[in-house]
Amino acid sequence: MPLMLTLKVAAWATLLATVAGVLIAYALVRLRFPGREVLDAMMTLPMVMPPTVLGYYLLVLVGRRGPIGGWLEANFGITLIFTWQGAVIAAAVVALPLVYKGARAALEGVERQFEQAARVLGKSEFSVFLQVTLPLAWRGILAGAMLAFARAMGEFGATLMVAGSLPGRTQTLSIAVYEAVQAGKDDVANFLVIVTSVVCIAILLASGRLLRPVRVA
Amino acid sequence: MRIEVDIRKTLRSNKREFSLDVQFTCEDDKNVVFGPSGAGKSITLRAIAGLETPDSGRIAVAGKVLFDSSLGINVPARERSVAYLFQDYALFPHLTVVDNIGFGLKQWWQRRLPPEVMRRVDELLELFELRGLGRAYPWELSGGQRQRVALARALIQHPEVLLLDEPFAALDPLLRERMREELLKTRSLFNVPMLVITHDPDDVALLAESLVVLDHGKVGQTVDLKGAPYRDEQGRVNDRTIHALLTAESPDKVPPARPPIRAVK
Repeated sequence: MPLMLTLKVAAWATLLATVAGVLIAYALVRLRFPGREVLDAMMTLPMVMPPTVLGYYLLVLVGRRGPIGGWLEANFGITLIFTWQGAVIAAAVVALPLVYKGARAALEGVERQFEQAARVLGKSEFSVFLQVTLPLAWRGILAGAMLAFARAMGEFGATLMVAGSLPGRTQTLSIAVYEAVQAGKDDVANFLVIVTSVVCIAILLASGRLLRPVRVA
Repeated sequence: MRIEVDIRKTLRSNKREFSLDVQFTCEDDKNVVFGPSGAGKSITLRAIAGLETPDSGRIAVAGKVLFDSSLGINVPARERSVAYLFQDYALFPHLTVVDNIGFGLKQWWQRRLPPEVMRRVDELLELFELRGLGRAYPWELSGGQRQRVALARALIQHPEVLLLDEPFAALDPLLRERMREELLKTRSLFNVPMLVITHDPDDVALLAESLVVLDHGKVGQTVDLKGAPYRDEQGRVNDRTIHALLTAESPDKVPPARPPIRAVK
């Protein structure tokens, strides 16, 4: 069932992208280190690069002979290519910029003064992050995560490159739509297109709601 | 209780440069650092709290060295046991009054305040006349109530010293006078020494036993204002002294009624 598979892949990809995106955004907002600008640009890259190019890079990296893929296979016997986990990696990378942008804007919007107040009240940096920064930024982060989920659901190019289109195993909705149209199964295509559209519109409405300004003062 | 400050810091932004070179010692319960905006009051206060790191020097509060560049000591803000009242109070907007007050005593893994903290918070709500507002959020409070919540949040941890950054600047003038009285009452109730920075001569009049005058990043003079020549019948710093403070073209020209008891080092 492509819908369930798509939801599973998108959920895991969103989780991965959110954790990575928030941590990197926090580091970039709060720390000064050499290579900041480069890292910032690299986080945006998946947004502008063609997904197939991205997929090719991923193939080179996590493929059986790639540095990461080879290491995973040698040490754990894990292969990512042509598996749903591979589709998760592809979708996560494509969705990462959306979480990163949202988290970065949200974290920049958190006034330093609240964090300083928490420090003077005896909180460690870890507590400050969990008890002040994150709660004050969660709406922006969640909105970013929802957009990332929508993006991950619709992922096509990179997923196809990394995970292929194995019905029932790696064939996600958007790939199934393509296959259905190719095979002339218009009724299947229609159904899949409507399902995808409904989910995406619902997510956009919900994230728009989250980003609406709330009363603070 | 003794606050010793002897710090230097140079700030650069674009072409402008500001250097701070401040030395003073206060030993009274009520200490005021007075000076125009841009005199370096805020950086000094933030340095004592550990929110700003001086280039060099030494800071000690109540016998504990908090910063000493020659010894490589720089105690992090969280371990300094000083309380800091921000100008606009910096109440956490995502937390209720109760959770704001108990914030420092709740660990990140605790979902709610521990019962003994809750009891203490209830006492403070009573004391600060915030009864019935425990479940309110900061934006629902008046300026005076916000300040009380900020004070309660700071004092629940029994700090060594209470640092206040222009505590009344955000309030309307009518309220200011009342909140000054309240602050004095609170201070003596908790018996905590305080250090207030301000550019408002009215704060000096009511809150200063010890006065440090700051201008252009330097200490103009340190005056002990406890003596009779400086006070009127109500115990406020008298108008003559305040007038001298304001009209002097530079603070070190302030003619003290007597030579300052503690001169600048």
